Amino acid sequence: MTASSSLPPLAARIAGIGLIGPGFDDWAGARTVLAGEAAWTSAPTRIPSPSLLPPAERRRVGNVVKLAIGVGLQAVEAAGADAATLATVFASSGGDGANCHAICEVLASDDRAISPTRFHNSVNNAASGYWGIATGAMAASTIVSAYDGSFAAGLLEALAQLACGAGPVLLIVYDHPYPAPLDAARPMVDAFGLALLLVPDTAAGKGPRVALGGFTDAPADRLADPGLEALRTGVPGARALPLLERIARAGPGRCTLEYLDALQLALDVTP
Amino acid sequence: MRLKPRLQPLLISRYTATSCIGTGLAATREALAAGRSGLTPCDFETVALDTWIGRVPHLEEVVLSPVLADYDCRNNRLALLGLLQDGFVDAALDAVARYGAHRVAVLLGTSTSGILETELAYRARDPHTGALPAAFHYRGSHNIFSVAEFVRHVVGANGPAWVTSTACSSSAKVFASAARLIETGVIDAAVVGGVDSLCLTTLYGFNSLELVSKTPCRPYDAARSGISVGEAAAFALLERAPASLDADAVLLTGSGESSDAHHMSSPHPQGLGARMAMEQALAGAGLQAADIDYINLHGTATPSNDAAEGQAVQELFGSATPASSTKGATGHTLGAAGGLEAVFCAIALADGLMPGSPGTEALDPAIGLAYQVRPRPAPLRHVLSNALGFGGTNCSLVLSRAG
Repeated sequence: MTASSSLPPLAARIAGIGLIGPGFDDWAGARTVLAGEAAWTSAPTRIPSPSLLPPAERRRVGNVVKLAIGVGLQAVEAAGADAATLATVFASSGGDGANCHAICEVLASDDRAISPTRFHNSVNNAASGYWGIATGAMAASTIVSAYDGSFAAGLLEALAQLACGAGPVLLIVYDHPYPAPLDAARPMVDAFGLALLLVPDTAAGKGPRVALGGFTDAPADRLADPGLEALRTGVPGARALPLLERIARAGPGRCTLEYLDALQLALDVTP
Repeated sequence: MRLKPRLQPLLISRYTATSCIGTGLAATREALAAGRSGLTPCDFETVALDTWIGRVPHLEEVVLSPVLADYDCRNNRLALLGLLQDGFVDAALDAVARYGAHRVAVLLGTSTSGILETELAYRARDPHTGALPAAFHYRGSHNIFSVAEFVRHVVGANGPAWVTSTACSSSAKVFASAARLIETGVIDAAVVGGVDSLCLTTLYGFNSLELVSKTPCRPYDAARSGISVGEAAAFALLERAPASLDADAVLLTGSGESSDAHHMSSPHPQGLGARMAMEQALAGAGLQAADIDYINLHGTATPSNDAAEGQAVQELFGSATPASSTKGATGHTLGAAGGLEAVFCAIALADGLMPGSPGTEALDPAIGLAYQVRPRPAPLRHVLSNALGFGGTNCSLVLSRAG
């Protein structure tokens, strides 16, 4: 990347982190594991039910949306922020596979009467829509996908929004395994959600600083723990783990995250 | 009064559109100028619904290069057909050569990607194991990113890429994303736009919500009764604007994005989210409402959408700004609608042509807009295009003529 001093910097402070995944219920627990202070024990991902959603909506939403809302609320609470004021960027490789499976089964049957709820949950921005309903946030909201590089795409979009004056941006990344038979075509080890509340990088800013250091064709960083490395490659959102490890270890340095063929994201992290 | 733009205006250095009214710009221009609709009774696949669709002709005959065979699906065939019109591929290849492959992004919108392939694969499941056929290729067709990955390969771009999928605002929002990546110096140019193709999910899905019309859709008509589903591919090449421009050059000058925070499948009743997006787009362009010469409405032709959008437009612009919806011509092309209608706005600016609203007969008297049923020549300087998505994700774009 050729950067000139007149361009807005692609940098942010991370004011709050949410994390839900196999063996991880929140960032506090994940931080100790990623810092090497505690061992990681894999356990099925536990997805909380979003109490913030009105009961009628809560009945309608799938696990994918619950995961996105749950992890987003963790980051907002950690930062003491007001969710209603935040712009949001959602990133997911494939959205709600269970809902898609149910629709495709009906469409392959003799009676093609899709449930209206199934259909309105089929839009890829379902999590974004329900987030707005739950929090009242009317700022910009988007959802980006880039296969296994979806986290990197979301981070890029969120940093660019922040640089162009959008105010704090909540990045919510989520992926959930598909049911059979789609799981054979797109296997994932378990559900994984991550949220980063990105705020402007000001002198008074609190939280670790993350800045785009450029693009590279070097391979993405791997994790030393074989179990965590299997998680990183086993679900797209977990491609963020090298960044989280760098943050957890609270030392400055560069990490490289998987994005696209011959285009990985280099990030400079400062505690 | 001209205000300071929020981001630098970008040159839309090449654009193209393929929909049921035409493959490429010449046919599209001719159809828009004549006020012609491309909607036909639904004859898609095995769909048995009493509705009209906007189907791109000869799509089944498009063949992908063997090296890209993994990406074969209706959506990527439509993407290729669209890319091959109006020298768009050559313009994109030229941008890649000038700036470097890493400096050109591919940001596209779609709602359903290649889901039709998955629908068909489910019909062909193994009766004993339930497995999908071996030929089913998830990454190339079903996955939402498939179309951007495919287009990236076709034009040789190796910069940032993603697909934005916010239902019907998808391919408007990628213009805003590209503007930010150029403003921050991450890239020098972007291929943006949208591709969405007919599938059973949207036809039967909108039918389940009782939102499809039995007749060709009639935006803003008192008797409007729902949408006609269409398909389209629209592409634009965005670059920094040079100091000197031809008078008929078209610029992206503003964008605005908002959320309804109201309901998954109905708009905010007063169009509050839509109004916020339009206000931001005007502010981004450094313009006031009175500067806008024409509004391409989202105008889906469902009773609630048109009422909500109409109210928001009337509150912001009053009742004198000419406006129309082109969905009676093309049908609602969903994830491609924002990009397709941005291209219609570029044609309107370049040609001095205000599009009409094929299918609309008697305007809804409850919505007080200067609604244009017939196309007409008009000098236009600034136009606004609305794309309001299911789930309440809204985006408005302002496009301007250079001179």
